[in-house]
Amino acid sequence: MNITELTVHELQEKLKSKELTIVQIVEAYTQRIKEKEPKIEAFITLQLEEALTKASKLDKKIANGEKISSLAGIPIGIKDIICTKGVRTTCASKMLENFIAPYDATVMEKINAEEMISLGKLNMDEFAMGSSTEHSYFKKTKNPWDLSCIPGGSSGGSAAAVAADMVPWALGTDTGGSIRQPASVCGIVGLKPTYGLVSRYGVIAYASSLDQVGVFTKDVEDCAILLNVIAGHDEKDTTSVDVGEKDYTQCLGKDIKGLKIGVPKEFYGEGINEEVKQSLLAAVEEYKKIGAEVEEFSLDIAELSLATYYIISCAEASSNLGRYDGIRYGHRAKNYSNLRELFKNSRSEGFGEEVKRRIILGTYVLSSGYYDAYYKKAQQVRTLVSNKFNEAFKKYDVILTPTSPTTAFKLGEKSSNPLEMYLSDICTVSVNIAGLPGISIPCGLDSKGLPIGMQLIGKRFDEETIIKVAHAYEKQTKFREKFRPTFKEGV
Amino acid sequence: MSREDYEIVIGLEVHAELSTKTKIFCSCKTAFGGAPNTQVCPICMAMPGTLPVLNEKVVEYAVKAGLATNCEIERNSKNDRKNYFYPDLPKSYQISQYDKPLCIGGNIEIETSNGTKKIGITRIHIEEDAGKLNHDDLGGGSLVDLNRAGVPLIEIVSEPDMRSAEEAEHYLRKLKSILEYIEVSDCKMEEGSLRADVNVSVHKKGEAFGQRTEMKNMNSFRSIVRAIDYEANRQIDVIEAGGEIVQETLRWDEVSGKTFPMRDKENAQDYRYFPDPDLVAIKLSEEYIEHIKNSLPELPESRKKRYLEEYKLSEKDAKIITSSKYLSDLFEQAGEISENIKAVGNWIISDISRILNETETDPIAIPFDAKQLAELVMLIDKGTINSSIGKKVLEELFENPRSPEEIIKEKGWIQISDEGAIKEVVLKVLEANPQSVADYKAGKDRALGFLVGQAMKETKGKANPQMLNKMFVEEMKK
Repeated sequence: MNITELTVHELQEKLKSKELTIVQIVEAYTQRIKEKEPKIEAFITLQLEEALTKASKLDKKIANGEKISSLAGIPIGIKDIICTKGVRTTCASKMLENFIAPYDATVMEKINAEEMISLGKLNMDEFAMGSSTEHSYFKKTKNPWDLSCIPGGSSGGSAAAVAADMVPWALGTDTGGSIRQPASVCGIVGLKPTYGLVSRYGVIAYASSLDQVGVFTKDVEDCAILLNVIAGHDEKDTTSVDVGEKDYTQCLGKDIKGLKIGVPKEFYGEGINEEVKQSLLAAVEEYKKIGAEVEEFSLDIAELSLATYYIISCAEASSNLGRYDGIRYGHRAKNYSNLRELFKNSRSEGFGEEVKRRIILGTYVLSSGYYDAYYKKAQQVRTLVSNKFNEAFKKYDVILTPTSPTTAFKLGEKSSNPLEMYLSDICTVSVNIAGLPGISIPCGLDSKGLPIGMQLIGKRFDEETIIKVAHAYEKQTKFREKFRPTFKEGV
Repeated sequence: MSREDYEIVIGLEVHAELSTKTKIFCSCKTAFGGAPNTQVCPICMAMPGTLPVLNEKVVEYAVKAGLATNCEIERNSKNDRKNYFYPDLPKSYQISQYDKPLCIGGNIEIETSNGTKKIGITRIHIEEDAGKLNHDDLGGGSLVDLNRAGVPLIEIVSEPDMRSAEEAEHYLRKLKSILEYIEVSDCKMEEGSLRADVNVSVHKKGEAFGQRTEMKNMNSFRSIVRAIDYEANRQIDVIEAGGEIVQETLRWDEVSGKTFPMRDKENAQDYRYFPDPDLVAIKLSEEYIEHIKNSLPELPESRKKRYLEEYKLSEKDAKIITSSKYLSDLFEQAGEISENIKAVGNWIISDISRILNETETDPIAIPFDAKQLAELVMLIDKGTINSSIGKKVLEELFENPRSPEEIIKEKGWIQISDEGAIKEVVLKVLEANPQSVADYKAGKDRALGFLVGQAMKETKGKANPQMLNKMFVEEMKK
């Protein structure tokens, strides 16, 4: 048995039947990380010693017959944008290189309440701005399917760590596709919940009206299990919504006969790689086989959404990132002769290129004289996009699109061309703009052996349906049983 | 042209700290005067990842202020971010309200030397206060204290309806009194919990309004009046000399009595206001507003009316007493305890008001309580002390408040009402002043006053004046 290849629900069974101890699990992952991390570079901070201590404590609890959570001892990786009390939380920025959060994010409190064990903090694009994780101040994470390729972004560390079996699952955040796109290019499952389902308290803000915490897992069942843990209203986040107790595992294995899947033709047109398109069309056929009704329709929002996304997200970011001023915490410039220089030099030194680009863009669109033309207009388009989705959901239960227009691209391929990089989000941003749930699951490999992902978009707070539809496909196609990352050294 | 040919136009933006127990977006205490950075948490220190949660009391208090100033309450309102960099502003934006304030279109009535006048209120909105910079005596430079960061404020913006420093002062006093009455702010100007930005412009009568200047963060009536007078005159001088007024932010310097332009910070800033995505819209129901309306306490106008009818106070006296909720409460409470509200009123109108004026003290800072004032009144009524000793007791109450009974015992101020003792003094004074006795007997009544005065001197003011009078007359008849 290869412990690190197991899903969480499989690990739970082995723990229950006492085939495995928690220490064995943590040791297996420690070993795997020692082996693979030098190649993948998914972690910013490792917590392995601490993890082992926690593991043996939990094993003692089990030995003493104490009651523990059904997820106690399950390892997890945390995107380094989520505040963890007493542990460095960097957001992959020089600005927060030595920042130790004085409190736990609400999602961390939930993870800790389950007595899960964090193995470390995962790499990402600085302040979650990017689609390749190349904008991290610390390191460039590699794609386990091809080490010369990017793992996607911004939650590239989370996706690569799960794909490389260095953690059984991980938390990430998704503002414009930052969970679904890396999940797609790393061949795993990634879910971005409805805006408001998961608390944002303690999650370092990039774009407040779009950010949402979500999960990376090896299969859809694990996705439902982890969503059960992190979902729920939080008094500390007034944008979080109380939808009552839900058990997302209840929808697993349910029949999807007669379920209506909409396929928006604009998401299969120009700019979408041919192999990706073919793979998606094959998925459509699979769905038909298992009884779903699939219909093509028009949803002309992708380009509008992308423009809207970069206006709104940059506007919010320009304000959200103002607090990194060198006064209370974070990087402070050594050289300054007045207050203005203290601000200017600290921020110039502490932020990377992409972050600066988006702050400048955001500052511009909020400036007096430009506000109406950009920010206000973008908000109007946002309403329009939401309305178009609402229209579509009158007819369809889920919408099926590619997750990413291409499979993983090469490291360095797009890092000098921001506009091309921004196009990586073309299929995912509209979901954030409308605040909907979206899941990406693997649906094939391209000719280079790189995974292709498909995205299922659901109605607001209808995670059940997309999980059910994703699970039905997974059961039918068994991607994970057929394909594994090869860790090949690319050219 | 002379100054009389000009009209002065004044508008005020008043910031009042709300007296909620906790801050506007977190549960930190709002108490004044704590050691630096002891009333802070990750939220008001703007730690990464933190989110604001709007304190419902803040909305309630602002709605109260709106209703008490005859404003319309907006059913749909929201919070906006005002972005700028400053070390006392931890998030680098202030959460405020931009285009949808909670209250709009109100007014309050003021009494001026030319009768009553309505001053329009443009809007009232809620926002958070910033922290404070303290000079670092040891290391040089500045240190940031964030205790005040996130303390709730309302900003009350008036229409440019005031035409003199006097009207501006009346408006501010009235506003302060209303806020005190409805108990949403303690309005302690010396602690900065009530401060005003003053906008002043001048124009020739009959012409359009002139360009305005703004003086920021004024926190005493005296300086506001002085600053308005100075600034209006300065503007007139500039115009008379053929110059133009530039719209700018000024700093009032109390020592020189002049205004100076402020440096870059406030001028020509683009705050890049936009709706705060971390907070949901504020939606108020009719029932909610109705409930607050019904729970509003009695306002100064209605109290004043009641005093005229119930206690037959003069218009002027009723106005003085109701000018401050604290004075008015003192009046009613001490009146009830002493069962002599008339006497309590007299103390407030005369000696207490005089001392407050002389020491520039706000009524809320009166150190003694209603019970102590009532006791003073009762001691006089019982004849334990006379009213001139009473004044000394009052001064003592301001100095070091304690029971008046204790004060007079300690100071030995108990009135001499013993007939034998009084007689002894009277005889002594008569013997020493034969001329006055002769004058009195010759029909000069003033001599009696002189003799009583001498006896008072002799007893250090403690003798019962009525008894002295009576006994002098009796003795001199003999």
